[in-house]
Amino acid sequence: MDILTSFVVVPLLTIIGIFFCKSNKQTRVVSAIGMSIQLILAFRLLAMYLYARHGGNTAEMLFMKDYIWFPALNIHYAIGVDGISVAMICLTSIVVFAGIFASWEVEYLHKAFVISLILLSSGVFGFFISIDIFTMFLFYEVAVIPMYILIGIWGSGPKEYSAMKLTLMLMGGSAFLMLGLIGIYVNTGAEGHALTFNILEIAKIHLPHDIQMIFFPITFVGFGVLGAMFPFHTWSPDGHASAPTAVSMLHAGVLMKLGGYGCFRVAMYLMPEGAHAWSTLFITLTAISVIYGAFGAIWQKDLKYINAYSSVSHCGLVLFAILMMNKTAMDGAIIQMLSHGIMTALFFALIGMIYGRTHTRIITEMGGLMKIMPFLAVCYVIAGLASLGLPGFSGFVAEMTVFVGAFQHAETFYRIVTILACSSIVVTAVYILRVVGVLLFGPVTNDHFLQLKDAKWYEKVSTVTLILGITAIGVAPLWLSNLIQDSLTPIVERLSIVQF
Amino acid sequence: MIDFSISVLVPLLPLFMFIFIGLTGHKFKPLVSGILGTLSIFTSLVISYTIAYQYFFNVGKVNGVYQKIIGFNTVWLQLTQNLHIDMGTLLDPISVMMIVVITTVSSMVHLYSLGYMKGEKGFHRFFSFLSLFSFSMLGLVLATNIFQMYIFWELVGVSSFLLIGFYYEKPSAVRASKKAFIVTRFADLGFLLGILLLSYTTKTFDFIQLTNPNGAAIHMGGSVLFMGLSTMTWALIMIFIGGAGKSAMFPLHIWLPDAMEGPTPVSALIHAATMVVAGVYLVARLFPMFAISAPAGLEVVAYVGAFSSLFAAIIACTQFDIKRVLAYSTMSQIGYMMLAVGVSGYGGEEGLGFMASMFHLFTHAMFKALLFLGAGAIIHAVHSNFMYDMGGLRKHLPITHITFLIAVLTISGVPFLSGFFSKDEILAAAYAHNKILFFSALFVAGLTAFYMSRLYFNVFWGKENHYHHTPKESPLTMTIPLMILAVFSIVAGYIPFHNLVTSDGKPFETEMNYTIASISVLFGLVGIVIAAIMYAKPTNIPDKIVASVKTFHKWAFNKFYFDELYLFVTKRVLFNCVSRPVAWFDRHIIDGSMNGISNVTNYISVKIKGFQSGQVQQYGFVFVMGAVLLVATFIYLLTY
Repeated sequence: MDILTSFVVVPLLTIIGIFFCKSNKQTRVVSAIGMSIQLILAFRLLAMYLYARHGGNTAEMLFMKDYIWFPALNIHYAIGVDGISVAMICLTSIVVFAGIFASWEVEYLHKAFVISLILLSSGVFGFFISIDIFTMFLFYEVAVIPMYILIGIWGSGPKEYSAMKLTLMLMGGSAFLMLGLIGIYVNTGAEGHALTFNILEIAKIHLPHDIQMIFFPITFVGFGVLGAMFPFHTWSPDGHASAPTAVSMLHAGVLMKLGGYGCFRVAMYLMPEGAHAWSTLFITLTAISVIYGAFGAIWQKDLKYINAYSSVSHCGLVLFAILMMNKTAMDGAIIQMLSHGIMTALFFALIGMIYGRTHTRIITEMGGLMKIMPFLAVCYVIAGLASLGLPGFSGFVAEMTVFVGAFQHAETFYRIVTILACSSIVVTAVYILRVVGVLLFGPVTNDHFLQLKDAKWYEKVSTVTLILGITAIGVAPLWLSNLIQDSLTPIVERLSIVQF
Repeated sequence: MIDFSISVLVPLLPLFMFIFIGLTGHKFKPLVSGILGTLSIFTSLVISYTIAYQYFFNVGKVNGVYQKIIGFNTVWLQLTQNLHIDMGTLLDPISVMMIVVITTVSSMVHLYSLGYMKGEKGFHRFFSFLSLFSFSMLGLVLATNIFQMYIFWELVGVSSFLLIGFYYEKPSAVRASKKAFIVTRFADLGFLLGILLLSYTTKTFDFIQLTNPNGAAIHMGGSVLFMGLSTMTWALIMIFIGGAGKSAMFPLHIWLPDAMEGPTPVSALIHAATMVVAGVYLVARLFPMFAISAPAGLEVVAYVGAFSSLFAAIIACTQFDIKRVLAYSTMSQIGYMMLAVGVSGYGGEEGLGFMASMFHLFTHAMFKALLFLGAGAIIHAVHSNFMYDMGGLRKHLPITHITFLIAVLTISGVPFLSGFFSKDEILAAAYAHNKILFFSALFVAGLTAFYMSRLYFNVFWGKENHYHHTPKESPLTMTIPLMILAVFSIVAGYIPFHNLVTSDGKPFETEMNYTIASISVLFGLVGIVIAAIMYAKPTNIPDKIVASVKTFHKWAFNKFYFDELYLFVTKRVLFNCVSRPVAWFDRHIIDGSMNGISNVTNYISVKIKGFQSGQVQQYGFVFVMGAVLLVATFIYLLTY
């Protein structure tokens, strides 16, 4: 079996393994082993990829496999990875790994919970390895559906409402997406080619200008909903607030990245002319996301809402950077996806752990946690500093790459939106420090909290893994940046050829 | 000869110590972390002194000009083809001087803290943060490119945040740390935009290329961008905003007095000697650009500096918290340095202001660190920050008294102490450039002597307070650094700065301007004498004077209500008028319309559901009506 398919198969095998488990303990062990294998596989893939590139393999995608799946419509199970997908796969496996450890203590229907979670992750992995947009879409749906079950059953607060809202909005996005994908598919025959779903083949075709003009915004919005683009972001605060810890982690950490990834891999790569024509509108929307999310976060009192709005802001920056359509900014966008993925997973993991102890997420009801649970508090400070873009953590690398890239456009419009986006770093500092100041520092406000215990070993595994991730990117970003920039070359070239 | 790549160890040693103490510090006795941290900074000290000696007296000078030497350099992040962020060490007169200043003050502070912080909770945390700060500050001054500087600039900011908030259970400390971080962060936004603008026009981050007076980058000023100033000028002004934030220049100064909530050694190291002069260093680092292609930017620097120094000196005269007096004094002295660098020209004797600024930075670091550490010793003995709780301490704290006196005389510009020499150069430079700035600076010199002497007399003379415990002199770990710094404060003035640290690397001759020197000394003495009359013995003169300028005093005492202004803007305007509406808009308009869609769908489905009633009459009615409608349509169509 090839290494890429194993990313889908290992989770499925783990699920089968979990079926035979008799106790929660066994389930934990099996799921932890399964996801550790997945993590190791991801880094093995990274090593293999780097080795192959080092050996001079310059193909756009490596480890390609292609099996005909549904001949009548020319749908293939076509897989392959470039540097970007490899990076996203590593991100996913890190977050899933940490998520399994963060949900160690779920007591209610533990087995079913883990199964849904792993099923979700297999959908995400499938999405990232696909180069056939139909299979890509299929895996995307596999990833979205378990979300409804996970939030609806294991969530908190108005969970049915939130689960329904999240699923419906994402399904609405999918509807757009389906339309866009079919639109692309039926027009691939324009120059006498056979109709195809394969990204690499479509990338060689020039889709008719009108078609691009119609289907680019449809596809972009379809993915943009998932990427929490203003004004389609409202599923995110409610959904995250109600979701159980691991689901929030996975959702904000990985699923929202599907949106960003899809936006450039499908919408922009396949329809460059549409991208140019529509970029002004979407850049405006994403710039609004960046600022709006940050200001929205200042006023929130619930930790998860704060983080959800912060995610809107950070993910807005991803789409913003992608739309700048130069290598540097897009490179920054990918690093921002990775960075935000790990960072926000860390945030949600910590929020879950704190909530598990204090049974509240309202910041004003807590205080002085640094004294009670120093380990978790220090991790929270680290996550906060990473989020406000402190050098040494991944957020800084991502933001600076984005800003420098975006500033390479000299037109006034680009300058203004870039300055707007830059100013979010100040607002971010305000809401992060507000939380840190109220929640962690100061005197202990509630005496009942004094008996609470600090992190357990599995919680430490979860948080330390994620912190290592953000520090590794933040301290030595060059190799990652090179990995991404190499793979961006064909995409940026295709985008620049049609510049008009 | 010396291999300058060793310079990379100067920041790296504290970094290792930060990581080591941070991760393992809680495992062993607190004192071990303290000693380890102190040892590492002393090693850095030895290395930087070696580098300084080798650089200034052996290899730095080629054909009479000090060269810029790259000790170590590696690409950290490749952004575009031309733009890449490097990590490395750049040695030139100002950076070498700065590593000497930083390692000296930092090691004194480390040593002092071993005594001062004894028994505090979080002793190892304190030392790991100190190491983090030392690392960041050293990295900042050694930066080879402006982006590296920005990176360390942020790290310095966060170490300052962590150290101000060291007593995290104290709400005032938490507030102060937040304020410091956010205000400087706001300024850093200017810095960042400046870098973006600058790098876009010059296509490089590299200091050597940027500041080469004959290079291409410096002349790529760009066309007029906005309000009659070129792109380059705007970029440099933006960058200066970043510097002004860190250096607590008006109007971004509000964080500095509050930052005194941190432990006193931290105030000495970060908020007096090193971090707050980063803004001056930044202007000095980009000085050729300022002087050659953006003189308008330099004017801004000079006026901001002059105004800040006057403004802060007035406030300092009215405060009672000794650390706040020192904080305003710091702000005032940094204003002096900004003023000096702002009035300077490039090259030769034109560069007098530049040299004077660096000179004053050096001497100020020594005597201000001494003042703060002395204040720490006083607070340690009296357990209060306020001068009305003190008085007559000269008998109880002899060593602190003598060293503090030396520092007060130095900052007041008493002849033959270091402050006299550096202040005189600044005044001479200001006199040559702009008379208004000169008179303002001269007046500030008098004020400085006054408020420092006021502080001194109130603490060590004046009425004898009845202390609960008789104040005791501090342990040797605290008094030794005081003595060493006192020696530095005296002798630092005899370092021939005009031979070593100049704007273009070439030495030039300066002469003492005796007229200016005697006037400034006169102003200083007048200030001291007035303070002596008012405060050496308990009198009611101060109250009378306060009563005569009541309104003005009230404004100055309340720091001209700048804190209130900022609070108004952030709390009332930003929070209530921006953030709150955004949150409301999001919940009610955006989300409301999403919910609206679902409600409409729901409503329609309820209506359609009505057809499925199970009532035969209704089905029959609908069937008949439908049939009639169909027939009518057919007939209508057939008639055409």
